[in-house]
Amino acid sequence: MNAYDIERLSRLIGMLPPAPAAWVRAAGELPRARRELDGIVARAEADAEFRRALIADLENALRAEGVEPTWPLLVELRRRVSS
Amino acid sequence: MEAARDAREAAARSAAALSEPLTDARLVARCRDGDEEAWRTLVERFSRYVYAIAVQAFRLPEHDAEDVFQEVFARVYERLDTLREDDAVRPWIAQLTRRLCIDRLRSGTREIASDAEELPEVAADDVLAQLEEAFDVHEALTELPENCREILDRFFARDESYRAIGEALELPAGTIASRISRCLDKLRDVLVGRNGPGGASSEQVT
Repeated sequence: MNAYDIERLSRLIGMLPPAPAAWVRAAGELPRARRELDGIVARAEADAEFRRALIADLENALRAEGVEPTWPLLVELRRRVSS
Repeated sequence: MEAARDAREAAARSAAALSEPLTDARLVARCRDGDEEAWRTLVERFSRYVYAIAVQAFRLPEHDAEDVFQEVFARVYERLDTLREDDAVRPWIAQLTRRLCIDRLRSGTREIASDAEELPEVAADDVLAQLEEAFDVHEALTELPENCREILDRFFARDESYRAIGEALELPAGTIASRISRCLDKLRDVLVGRNGPGGASSEQVT
């Protein structure tokens, strides 16, 4: 920065408001979510009925495991249970 | 109720992230070692940056911005091992975010004339440059005493009123403006100090 005038500093601080708390929480829980995903996929491989129910409603399957069904997790789960 | 809880949690997490002394390189190394607390700190440290790039620079609607936000951190988590220099995590995240924002915009404008596809990237350049400066200023905030960090963040970044700040920090509303002014002076000292001798003291501002 070349100039540190107060008005400019104020504006720059204001340019980075917090992201929505739920988004941050979901991203922060990614390691746990990946583990839960592994467990869900393993169950789906072992249990055809569970797999059918899972494919029918991926979002609720994740929620039932306490995982926020974010878009990347849904894409990955869909890919893994469909392959 | 839930909004209030979210706000309290966000404030606590943000305060923790802002006061986190780990360098980017050490933070990345810890994440790579499977330290989940370090991962949460990394997400906190860059969450505002990713969010601002998506919403301010590329003007994504909230639902698209959320998808991009989650995708950025999912890719960072998956590909941390491929980062060549640990202290280059910030430009890497910025580049990833920009690319995913452009992909998202293009996927929504496929049916529009091809020359329109150039617009998002060009339009975002100026804002992206300002966001880089904003990130530097927020890093400088971490060198201020906690009461300064909090009051400046609440007023300018969270857009809280004097009254709300006074209630949250148990301060008379009449003292807040002068405290903000003194804290901005300290912040300016920090930024000047980074380019020369001296710097702000860590004494609490009253």
